[in-house]
Amino acid sequence: MAANLKSPTPGSYDVGRVRADFPILATTVHGHPLVYLDSAASSQRPWPVLRAVEQYETRSHANVHRGVHSLSQAATSAFEGARERARRFVNASSVREVIFVRGTTEAINLVAQSYGRPRFRPGDEILITALEHHANIVPWQMLCEQTGATLKVAPINRRGELEFDEYLELLSPRTRLVGVAHVSNALGTVLPVKRVIEAAHAHGAVVLVDGAQGVPHLRVDVRDLGADFYTFSGHKLYGPTGIGVLYGREALLEAMPPWQGGGDMILTVSFEKTTYNELPYRLEAGTPNISGAVGLAAAMDYVEGLGIEAIAAHEDQLLKRATEQLTRIPGIQIIGTAAHKASVLSFTMKGVHPHDLGTILDSQGIAVRTGHHCAMPVMTFFGLPATARASFGCYNTEGDIEALARGLDKVREVFG
Amino acid sequence: MELQDLYRDLILDHNRHPRNFGRLADPANHAQGHNPLCGDQLTVFVRLDGQTVSDIRFEGSGCAISTASASLMTEAVKGRDRAAIGTLYDKVHDLLTRRDTQADASLGKLAALSGVREFPARVKCASLCWHTLNAALSEGAATVSTE
Repeated sequence: MAANLKSPTPGSYDVGRVRADFPILATTVHGHPLVYLDSAASSQRPWPVLRAVEQYETRSHANVHRGVHSLSQAATSAFEGARERARRFVNASSVREVIFVRGTTEAINLVAQSYGRPRFRPGDEILITALEHHANIVPWQMLCEQTGATLKVAPINRRGELEFDEYLELLSPRTRLVGVAHVSNALGTVLPVKRVIEAAHAHGAVVLVDGAQGVPHLRVDVRDLGADFYTFSGHKLYGPTGIGVLYGREALLEAMPPWQGGGDMILTVSFEKTTYNELPYRLEAGTPNISGAVGLAAAMDYVEGLGIEAIAAHEDQLLKRATEQLTRIPGIQIIGTAAHKASVLSFTMKGVHPHDLGTILDSQGIAVRTGHHCAMPVMTFFGLPATARASFGCYNTEGDIEALARGLDKVREVFG
Repeated sequence: MELQDLYRDLILDHNRHPRNFGRLADPANHAQGHNPLCGDQLTVFVRLDGQTVSDIRFEGSGCAISTASASLMTEAVKGRDRAAIGTLYDKVHDLLTRRDTQADASLGKLAALSGVREFPARVKCASLCWHTLNAALSEGAATVSTE
């Protein structure tokens, strides 16, 4: 891995030590050291997360909230400890506001079906942006079909930034909910979420922030942002897959009917009537992903141990460096040139389809995402079928970027 | 896994200069193919003279493997009848997916696609045009997808 360790970032951030925490980074792909540039799709897990999960599975597992036996109590305390950890991570007021879900997609569907479906009527509007991931488009389209509400889309400009004035013009008393990404997964644009929320609130709309790409790079304080709902996935935050968090303001969650029925979300069941449990359990039917929650809590400890600001500063430097390097390569066009970006570099190479580019990079051990990034409307806006996307995490190095640049030279060589 | 087995000169040439590229005026059958994973999209047009493909064209956008495969396919099937195309389809399918098969001499230039089987993620790229051709040759052809 020596090639990846050269020129460590100046300052206190020791990327070499960070890398040593991620066992997968020591593996090889097609005989080359792995250069992992796909953290926006899923980040890798450090030892503390892997060990926390192992510790839980080997010593503490049982079902939660059920038994009087010791293991069940240990599992419950680990699971509820993870909830408190998540509360602190986003600065929610209470653990009653922290709902464990499978991930961001499930959280958005939960809000659409439990918050939106009983309330929205024909004539109501749901406003999203043109930058959204499919997960923040499709659940709203489904909700519109069910309720007769209308989906509106605030446009972006050629740099991939939200056209804020046009967003303001689309807000009206008909707007019931605004769905907005904190950071665009396809382009890396950081959206002005606080201003988006303030403007929406002025019109009486609630706001859901898709924070899947936000929490790995930005410190999130849901109360400071004023978010009504904020959601993210564990596996983009160096935690396990299949676990995520939906934060919701207690007053809103309190008024939401259960989304799914089953165990854990009830107080009493008879065939005549069932009474529901209190928050947060009311919105968590069935045995949850306990080890996932434990791993996610460990990931939050890990990220805060490194310092989110320190990680972000490191990634910003890599993004700047990568942007400079790639701009120098003939035929490369950077897609998404917003003034405020985080950790994502989407690009195309003239005459080479991104899929071919991805295969050639892979043959050198370099993992990038190629395709539409589950954001087909963004691709359509730029008139592209697909892009290649390099995304950076806490463990990437300038050596990784040099490897990417060399890899792209190889692509040019093959396609001459 | 060798890159040069995938991106052979013939493949790169057919990608840069696809043969039989464009549309066929009516009367012609056509079908659309779509690979959602990478966004490849192509339309295959065929004109039938009885059971024989008298002319074929394709258009669309895709990666080098999908473009070259479609280009090579149009050359290979033009002038052949449905039965011969069916046989060819099976041989191409084996070529793309089975490591134990030797390229059949009857495949001609299509044998250049043999490197694809070392890259499982790319098999769909090469096979999309063949699925689309099948759809175009059947009545009531609709969009086919590799997903």
